[in-house]
Amino acid sequence: MAGHSNYVPQSAAAKWLESRLPVISLVRGSFVDFPTPKNLNYWWTFGGILFFVLIAQILTGIVLVMHYTPNTLLAFGSVEHIMRDVNFGWLLRYLHSNGASMFFIAVYIHIFRGLYYGSYKAPREISWILGVIIFLIMMGTAFMGYVLPWGQMSFWGATVITNLFSAIPLVGESIVTWLWGGFAVDNPTLNRFFSLHYLLPFMIFGVVILHVWAFHTTGNNNPTGVQPKTKQDTLPFHPYYTVKDLFAIVVFMIFFCWFAFYLPNYLGHADNYIEANPLVTPAHIVPEWYFLPFYAILRAVPDKLGGVVLMFGAIAVLFILPWLDTSKVRSGKYRPLFKQFFWIFAVTCVALGYLGAMPAEGIYVTLSRIFTAYYFAHFLLVLPLLGFLEKPRPLPASISEAVLKGGSGMPAGATSAPETK
Amino acid sequence: MAHTTDTEDPNRRDFLYIATGAMGAVGVGALAWPFIDQMNPDASALALASIEVDVSAVEEGQSITVQWRGKPVFIRNRTEAEVAEAQAVPLSDLPDPLARNANLPANAEATDPNRGVEGKENWLVQVGICTHLGCVPLGDAGEYKGWFCPCHGSHYDTAGRIRKGPAPENLLIPPLEFVSDSQIKIG
Repeated sequence: MAGHSNYVPQSAAAKWLESRLPVISLVRGSFVDFPTPKNLNYWWTFGGILFFVLIAQILTGIVLVMHYTPNTLLAFGSVEHIMRDVNFGWLLRYLHSNGASMFFIAVYIHIFRGLYYGSYKAPREISWILGVIIFLIMMGTAFMGYVLPWGQMSFWGATVITNLFSAIPLVGESIVTWLWGGFAVDNPTLNRFFSLHYLLPFMIFGVVILHVWAFHTTGNNNPTGVQPKTKQDTLPFHPYYTVKDLFAIVVFMIFFCWFAFYLPNYLGHADNYIEANPLVTPAHIVPEWYFLPFYAILRAVPDKLGGVVLMFGAIAVLFILPWLDTSKVRSGKYRPLFKQFFWIFAVTCVALGYLGAMPAEGIYVTLSRIFTAYYFAHFLLVLPLLGFLEKPRPLPASISEAVLKGGSGMPAGATSAPETK
Repeated sequence: MAHTTDTEDPNRRDFLYIATGAMGAVGVGALAWPFIDQMNPDASALALASIEVDVSAVEEGQSITVQWRGKPVFIRNRTEAEVAEAQAVPLSDLPDPLARNANLPANAEATDPNRGVEGKENWLVQVGICTHLGCVPLGDAGEYKGWFCPCHGSHYDTAGRIRKGPAPENLLIPPLEFVSDSQIKIG
């Protein structure tokens, strides 16, 4: 990373620091001079958007903890106290709770961008795997955060999700008791979830650093999937991509604020404004929208252990994706058949999300099974076979060639070396 | 032999290396255990292990729900029709053939007498937690007129046995006894 900078310290203070801790050249090499493919489109800005949302979640979370009480007798009341009494408490809580949804919207777009442009393929497998790990920690963090207000959905969501582990043969029950710290979801459960909900975002931050380090070592992927060959193919990260990312972040913030200010409870459930009652289960339990596709897979299987295994398998399969896709061509742009299957897969995921919200009966169960089957077939059958069956379109010789052929009507000099103008 | 060094005696070096590593591993394991075990139920949770319930006011056909170890426990005074219906079911119709009764051996069959309280078969006492994913089933509901879990659609019969849906086991029957005609001790 630092190797990308030709920074030479000028001032005496900078020289003093650089010879002891080369932090200035590290930052310049990673986020200022870093050579970035010049053809990145707006789908690439979601990495920056995600970083922004992570920081926003950490900041709003830290201040919410100044007013929240992690105790089953007081938690629900303290959240209402935040909403009604604390100065701007309503704003901070709505930003935080909707921020979780924004995080998942951005991460799903980011993942699908990676799937379409083949960003998981060699040499970026480690970046991809670290990304899947971030996704897993995010899911854990979001789940535990949802438990903290101690409403009905918090309590019963926690009960159902922790009970998934009871499907493990022999030791399942002991594991669930250990997770609960009792014989049901109760105060010890709330306390440990609070502790972990505070810890995990910092772990995400750490893995994000590794994620960025990995793709800064291999270089970014880009819409053509062709590696940069000359200096003409790249631009320094600053100001070209700092500004592009910042613009995308501002647009995303408008979308975020639309939810936080006008639809703050649209993505939540009314039942969570009823305090947790261990004796009554709400009539219709559904997880938050971002878990619905996985929930649909869980319910598609008529067997407890089988459902749990498939649900976790749906994420586990992402870890081995780099080795399932046999095509030599990275970008979906040059893969006519893959492109069609990609959109079938996208529709499958959305359909599973819809089915996860529907009651588990009749036609919904049948459809869940069909889409669950395709979800796995896409990774285990379609992607391995496509590499052999598909005839990809010819790849451009370089990024520059692809950009110039695009015929944007701009003078060649301006696009090939805009940093010199 | 003037220049004998440790490297010429690999066995001694290997032994020291492995023994040190093994001691370190034991130490790390021993230190990890308190960090893991602190998450298990604490003394105050274990102390709530048993309760006594007065059921004299529960008429035939009525149910009450009490809390035991943080979980709901259904106590139902079943009607004769419900008992007869449960007794008429052949064991081969049951997805889970075991009684799941903590007062009986683990391999007891799920017959109706094995589900009810011994000698007072009209009484059915069971943990009100669906064996699928832990929701509380609704009483007097479902296709078998017993309990129905709204979360994922498990149907239980009038003896609390799973008949249809994703739940793998019959509703659990906690350790219990009638300490008098109207007092049940659970746990």
